Amino acid sequence: MATKVVMEALSPTMEEGRLVEWKKNEGESVAVGDVLAEVETDKAVMELVARSAGTLLKQLVAAGATVPVSSAVGWIGQPGENVDGGSPATKTSTVNGERSTGQTPPAATAAPATTPPAPAAPPPTRPAAQPPSSPAPQPSDRVKASPLAKKIAGERGVDLGAIAGSGPEGRIIKRDLDAVRGETSDVRRTIESPLTSHVSPLTPFVDTPLSQIRKTIAKRLALSIGPIPTFYLTAEVDMERVAEAREALNAAAGDQGKVSFNDIVLKAVATALQQHPACNAWWQDDHIRYWQSVHLGMAVAVEDGLITPVIRDAQTKSLRQIAAETRDLAGRARERKLAPAEYTGSTFTVSNLGMFDIEHFTAIINPPEAGILAVGSIAQIPSAVNGEVQVRRRMRMTMSCDHRVIDGATGAKFLKTLKMLLENPLALVW
Amino acid sequence: MASFDVIVIGGGPAGYVCAIRAAQLGLSTAVVEKDKLGGVCVNIGCIPTKALLHSAYALNLINHDAKALGIEVSGVKGDYGVAMKRSRQVADQNSKGAEFLMKKHKITVLRGTGVLQPGKKVKVGNDVHDATKAVVIATGSRVKGIPQIGLEINKTSVISSDEALFLEKAPSTLAIVGAGAVGSEFADIFNAFGTKVTLIEALPRILPVEDAECSEVIAKSYRKRGMTVLAGAKVQKATVGTAEVTLEVEAGGKVETVTVEKVLMAAGRAVNTEDMGFKEAGVQLTDRGFVKVNLATLETTAPGVYCIGDVAGPPMLAHKGSREGVFVAELVAGHTPHPIKYDNVPSVTYCHPEVASIGLTEDQCKEKKLDYQVGRFPFSANGRARASLETDGFVKIIRDKKYGEILGAHIVASHASEMIHELGVARENEFTVEEVDLMIHAHPTLSEAIAEACLDSMGRVMHI
Repeated sequence: MATKVVMEALSPTMEEGRLVEWKKNEGESVAVGDVLAEVETDKAVMELVARSAGTLLKQLVAAGATVPVSSAVGWIGQPGENVDGGSPATKTSTVNGERSTGQTPPAATAAPATTPPAPAAPPPTRPAAQPPSSPAPQPSDRVKASPLAKKIAGERGVDLGAIAGSGPEGRIIKRDLDAVRGETSDVRRTIESPLTSHVSPLTPFVDTPLSQIRKTIAKRLALSIGPIPTFYLTAEVDMERVAEAREALNAAAGDQGKVSFNDIVLKAVATALQQHPACNAWWQDDHIRYWQSVHLGMAVAVEDGLITPVIRDAQTKSLRQIAAETRDLAGRARERKLAPAEYTGSTFTVSNLGMFDIEHFTAIINPPEAGILAVGSIAQIPSAVNGEVQVRRRMRMTMSCDHRVIDGATGAKFLKTLKMLLENPLALVW
Repeated sequence: MASFDVIVIGGGPAGYVCAIRAAQLGLSTAVVEKDKLGGVCVNIGCIPTKALLHSAYALNLINHDAKALGIEVSGVKGDYGVAMKRSRQVADQNSKGAEFLMKKHKITVLRGTGVLQPGKKVKVGNDVHDATKAVVIATGSRVKGIPQIGLEINKTSVISSDEALFLEKAPSTLAIVGAGAVGSEFADIFNAFGTKVTLIEALPRILPVEDAECSEVIAKSYRKRGMTVLAGAKVQKATVGTAEVTLEVEAGGKVETVTVEKVLMAAGRAVNTEDMGFKEAGVQLTDRGFVKVNLATLETTAPGVYCIGDVAGPPMLAHKGSREGVFVAELVAGHTPHPIKYDNVPSVTYCHPEVASIGLTEDQCKEKKLDYQVGRFPFSANGRARASLETDGFVKIIRDKKYGEILGAHIVASHASEMIHELGVARENEFTVEEVDLMIHAHPTLSEAIAEACLDSMGRVMHI
């Protein structure tokens, strides 16, 4: 039976794709994984590969055409099979959109359509990744809940829409309501808890149900300002010691990779976020996802726009590693050669316009992230030091915060740590 | 030496089911079995006893109810030897069925005793086989005596279920030590075949893990049929001869002397953990002698070595072991199986009437200080039960007072084993007593009593 070839969602935000060039002609035989065509997404030029083997019977769209994701672009089958007009009896190898389930690298999965029996992941690491068969709840009118859970929720006045279900297909069960209350269910918790644990070090993130106060804050503040209720925090940092440190490092490094001010800022942000996980989070409409690892996005200007490559697990990387990675990512971003996995899944973003002599600006939050840091130029400014006026190199940075996730004091504490780290750069290696 | 993805040691209901699921998921799988496939369950447990219980049921029916049913019979005589031979055929059929399933799923059966070697290897005979993904221990359990009181199994006058299942004729007198499911089922069988049965239980009542009301109904039924039931009774001394055993049994402050032809030991089972290289391979045991497992993954203390079934811990039930087998197979294949709900494993005793339960007993609810409400419905008020002369028993539902959650369900009925699953489905899906009643029950059925008991728990029973 012939199989339809569809335009796959090759990036998480892709809604349509332009078929740049067919790599296989009609009548050519194809194996699973063969490149069928090149497709231009909203971010990059990607490869569309065959999900089934056979002969490319038909190209349904011409090179240069733009078609929506999931629509058919061709047919693969046995020579001689009649596929004209796309007979409805055939099955489509549709792309699955598993993007909202947070698996370990929080990145766009390159659409596995026909997954072969997955080679066993080593079992011991299995239980942590996520509660069994409970994908991140999709916004939907219908709340799946057991009759018992509905009764308990009704009696306690709990909004089931605000709870993440841990039953089959995300169904809300009694245990989830007990968790909201901080109660323990008397089922053998020893058995279940490791599978649904929210604190295992192996978990890439922690999903926290919204408290009533958090829900009210979210609702009211969103009403007053756009879809993301943003507020801004600005701090000025004395960069003298960073400048000294950088000169010393670069003098020592010689030709093998210099460190920029931005690299040091990135390193400091990653370190500060590690200490303030409340700012390293995603707003998920019905819950907040606190990430255990810092995946740091850095805004890079490209010819026709902007892209934010991601430094993964930035909190674990040395300044030297960060410097090397930013150079590589920024370079390839400008050439539009980044894979989707390299520019998606960030948990916090830094945007730096210092090189354009911008003293200070505010940046727009990149949802679902809860914060972004806008970094200005380093300027010589008269400043009071120990009661005397001195000319110091100073830098202003402004953090945009999603008030649904981050409150004023929460953001301020993070900025305070960041300022301390930059003013005492030795703390970064301590 | 051969290499497999998964090697399962033991071909009982935990092991062979694990192997099938692993094979279904595309893993190359081997099962090590030293005897017949199907293990204790199929060969010397669940299956042959059900065949004997059916003979006992027919005998009781003919002896007690035939006249009322309009059937005239004379010269009715039970022949345990014939019933035993039929039970063997049934067991062999099932074991062959398991063999066929191994072939069907292309599972290699390694004949012999599996000895675990360090590093996911299993030695069978002189060959060492390699498991690339996992070794699964499913070595099961066996009967045990109580040598401390002189009741060591000698296979002639002191026997276990292993021997009872092969007797050519029913003994004239029999004492059964232990009145759990096994002891109570054999009491039912031998009583029907004319044996004078004394059932001895150390705990305060027979079927001690079931709800007290269930124990009461069965004890009453047994006494009515002429059995001696001694609960809260301790065997203090045993004098074992070849043709006779004398027991001194203390119950309620009095010491009774019981002299019988045979004693059947049915007080617990021992797990098979010895001489299989567990210690050397890093597989540790618990204080109680079971294999120590991570309850979330059923992995033992040796990485890549899993354990399922009786040897992994209680409850020692075939269906619990099978579920663990499926769970481990899926886990090893890289899937994310649903956690096993150990509080939702049905328990069934196939005596007459049958006893089946799921969840908590009323005593456990009291201990946990739960706020509960009990609903009951007797089969004496059920049309179907009356029509088939099976009015012994009841349905008892224990629900949470506030939300109606089904905390426990207990059924004593001629077909309780087939009825309990409705309540298992309800509990699995968190249906409350209301949803169980809302399900329209066919009339007339025994299951109507379940809906009635649910209604009774809400104070609106209809047919009493």
